[in-house]
Amino acid sequence: MSSAGVDVPPAELLAEVALTEAEYRLAVDALGRAPNPLELGIIGALWSEHCGYKTSRPLLSRLPTRGPRVLQGPGENAGAVDIGAGLACVFKIESHNHPSAIEPYQGAATGVGGILRDVFTMGARPIALLDSLRFGPLDEPHQRHLLEGVVAGIGGYGNCMGVPTVGGEVYFDESYRHNCLVNAMCVGVVEHDRLVRAAAAGPGNPVLLVGADTGRDGIHGATFASVQLDESSEQRRPAVQVGNPFLEKCLMEACLELVGDRRVVAVQDLGAAGLTSSAAELAHRGGCGIELDVARVARRERGMTPYEVMLSESQERMLIVVRRGEEEGVRAAFARWDLRSDVVGTITGDGRIRVRDGGEVVADLPLPMLVDEVPLRHPPARRPEGVDAVLARDPLPGPPPWPHDEALLRLLASPNLGSRHPLFRRYDHQVGDDTVVPPGGDAAVLRVRGTPMGLALTTDGNARYGVLDPRRGAAIAVCEAARNLVATGAEPLGVTNCLNFGNPEKPEVFWQLREAVEGIAEACEALGVPVVSGNVSLYNDTSGVSIDPTPVIGMVGRLAEVERRLTPALRPGDEVSLVGPLEATLGASEYQRLATGALAGPPPALDLDLERRVQAAVLEAAGAGLLASAHDCAEGGLAVALAECCLAGGVGAACGLDEAVTGRGLSPRAAAILFGEGQSRFLVSHSTEAAVQLRALMDRHQVRLLRLGMVGGDRIRIDPLLDVPLDRARVAHEEALRS
Amino acid sequence: MRFGIAVFPGTWSERDCAHAVSLDGHEAVMLWHRDADLRGADCVILPGGFSYGDHLRCGAIARFAPLMDAVAEFAAGGGLVWGICNGFQILCEAHLLPGALLRNASLEFRCEPSWLRVETEASPFTAGCRRGDVLRIPVSHGEGRYVADPQTLLTLENEERVALRYVRADGGPVGEDSPNGSMRDIAGILSEGRNVLGMMPHPERACEPLLGGDDGMAMIRSVAASLDRAGAFIRAGENPRTPR
Repeated sequence: MSSAGVDVPPAELLAEVALTEAEYRLAVDALGRAPNPLELGIIGALWSEHCGYKTSRPLLSRLPTRGPRVLQGPGENAGAVDIGAGLACVFKIESHNHPSAIEPYQGAATGVGGILRDVFTMGARPIALLDSLRFGPLDEPHQRHLLEGVVAGIGGYGNCMGVPTVGGEVYFDESYRHNCLVNAMCVGVVEHDRLVRAAAAGPGNPVLLVGADTGRDGIHGATFASVQLDESSEQRRPAVQVGNPFLEKCLMEACLELVGDRRVVAVQDLGAAGLTSSAAELAHRGGCGIELDVARVARRERGMTPYEVMLSESQERMLIVVRRGEEEGVRAAFARWDLRSDVVGTITGDGRIRVRDGGEVVADLPLPMLVDEVPLRHPPARRPEGVDAVLARDPLPGPPPWPHDEALLRLLASPNLGSRHPLFRRYDHQVGDDTVVPPGGDAAVLRVRGTPMGLALTTDGNARYGVLDPRRGAAIAVCEAARNLVATGAEPLGVTNCLNFGNPEKPEVFWQLREAVEGIAEACEALGVPVVSGNVSLYNDTSGVSIDPTPVIGMVGRLAEVERRLTPALRPGDEVSLVGPLEATLGASEYQRLATGALAGPPPALDLDLERRVQAAVLEAAGAGLLASAHDCAEGGLAVALAECCLAGGVGAACGLDEAVTGRGLSPRAAAILFGEGQSRFLVSHSTEAAVQLRALMDRHQVRLLRLGMVGGDRIRIDPLLDVPLDRARVAHEEALRS
Repeated sequence: MRFGIAVFPGTWSERDCAHAVSLDGHEAVMLWHRDADLRGADCVILPGGFSYGDHLRCGAIARFAPLMDAVAEFAAGGGLVWGICNGFQILCEAHLLPGALLRNASLEFRCEPSWLRVETEASPFTAGCRRGDVLRIPVSHGEGRYVADPQTLLTLENEERVALRYVRADGGPVGEDSPNGSMRDIAGILSEGRNVLGMMPHPERACEPLLGGDDGMAMIRSVAASLDRAGAFIRAGENPRTPR
């Protein structure tokens, strides 16, 4: 049967499952008949952007995903890289933006819950969580409400799980006023041979549904994430799931106890689109089919229809494929943790997903159509008009508005550069007894128990650069994440990315997305770091206004010896030097934001070859023991980086620059040197004895090393421009985010 | 030396505690909440976490676990019981220690360093310290504000049963820097028999310089040394006064 003679359902119904009329017709053609309402719901969910990546899939193929250390690339619940000693590091980042905008506590909490499941589903014990957050201007009460709710939700879930929240970032910008971003990253560690894949096998094997009962929460969450928010979004509150971290903790321990158990064939968590997507992906990955009986699904509400059971996004649930005849033993293992489990289906060999409600078949669809034949969208792309005019504007028209000393204090006290301590102390960042460098440095460092190694973890992203040049902005996010790791002495191993963008049906947004993916690919190739997992969050629009393009990069690095990790903290008596160029721009800088409130001029230049050399040089210097500290010199510029190093070490620094370069007094040129933002730069400290060797090393890498001065005293000085008492800097920095 | 470490559903410090005692060469065995069996432990640790999801009240459900019957019996016979964080909350709920732990005065979860002044050497947990020593041991809790009625507080002070008190890094009164607003800045208290200690901070997180300090190790060593003085404390299941 062809779609030509089919009655297309009303537009509201198609909108509810986020399908276009053309996509509906494709489904009818593939199926040879009109889908029933349950089938339409299943198709809509699996063909949604959230599950099917229908807009982003053609772009994502551009990302480099291979490398000698890659054990698992994109396509599984999470990616994995080899860290040596027979161990794998498993990690992924995921967004929970739309739910968090509606209900910040539960939105953020279940975001954490979901990413944890992705990692322990792979057999890895989660060892760390990180969060990348974006809100509107903090002086608005509603934004403060969102921040409070999200931070409480992350803490409420993560703290209860006993997984430390060790890092992340938070930025405030007008662009996120109506669409906050909540991206959560989880990192786990497992032996290579215990890495679990979610591929079903063995027709006739029973399928267990384990964990929470199924309720009406979260129905249409996947399609919800694939449409824009508007005034009616409040009514979507039921689409926001409610988390139960205690249940998830028990689920995690039970699943980890079963890792390596031959009775278990495959494990898949239930995330977006619940049973529908997890069953389809689990079966299809293994080249099998699956039959489910919704009548056997334990429910927490009466009167649920098969449609509601299949599309519920109730949290804390897992599907487990068990060897036939072993179901009772595996159920007993879950019962030990007071977890309910039910046999809800069977693996089949026919490549279809068949849903029964007791005796009656209520849906019957071919899996290749649902998973492989997602109708891809190729929307038009167009560079936004007006960008050139913004790029051409003077970054700082007129003289600097404040004396440099005051500017430094204002930057340190700004929401985007102030101390994150008031937030981080609300997360348990130590549980697990592995946190060597806590939140607040460039990257968190955890030791790998039983080895001399360490893992460095970070997330990064800067939308201010991206709105002017999404390709460069995304490449900078990759480079800055890598610099954060290198600053601890860690070699970057792998990337996970979360692409937060507006409505891709707008040509300008699709252009931003395409450019950003290209930028990530270029930077990853230049630095030799593959992308092993990721997530796409589109339709971050409210009432037609899109967020600025916000690719967030999560990155994992390895220290051969965790004892040699570096932090930004300065030590009295050492020398301070800048690695990389002194030149920087006020274009798109935090200084510009505070001084003018506008965005103007080109964002920082990025030379990927220079970036690679600078990182290689600092990594080699760290490995050779030539450095006492290192810090990425980026947002806020040289002066802020120096202040951060001083505050971390509790000591001042007496630095100076050549007056012929800086000029004297209050010029835009001097402001650019102090507060301009540039790439490929580190602020390092080292003993005087190491200086000669360090210079030779930098020369060999053709990297500039500029000696700035000495650590000591109780003032932050860059002669002849800046002189701020350390105490005043500390007060400004610490007060920035205090509630 | 064998440390028995309780595992309730929702407990998450059990592996940290096992790791910490193993650093000093001791054996750690896990004690499952459903089993009233201390597995021959010389000292029982009730570790941190969110037992039973902290549903109802922190520690309120854990006190009914079969394991807690064995722990109460062990404590009554003079056995060493060490409640840390959620373990302290459980001990209060089980009435093995007086008072209660309420929501932090800040109304926020707090994970940060705290400084604890050792208030008595007369306990197996602090015998290896000097009175007045300041230990740097982190806190990580949302409900750690110790409260008790005036008579109980007076008794605790008179009997020198306040083992640890929050202070500033320099040993001065903690004042507004208190992590939770506890009455009399109380961080840890002893039972009447001085063989049960409850404390909110996490000594198991302060046992290695790599992780920021090893002041917590002084407490583990104190316990081990106390147990070495044979006869001072008894082994689980070998208590002559409470035959099984």
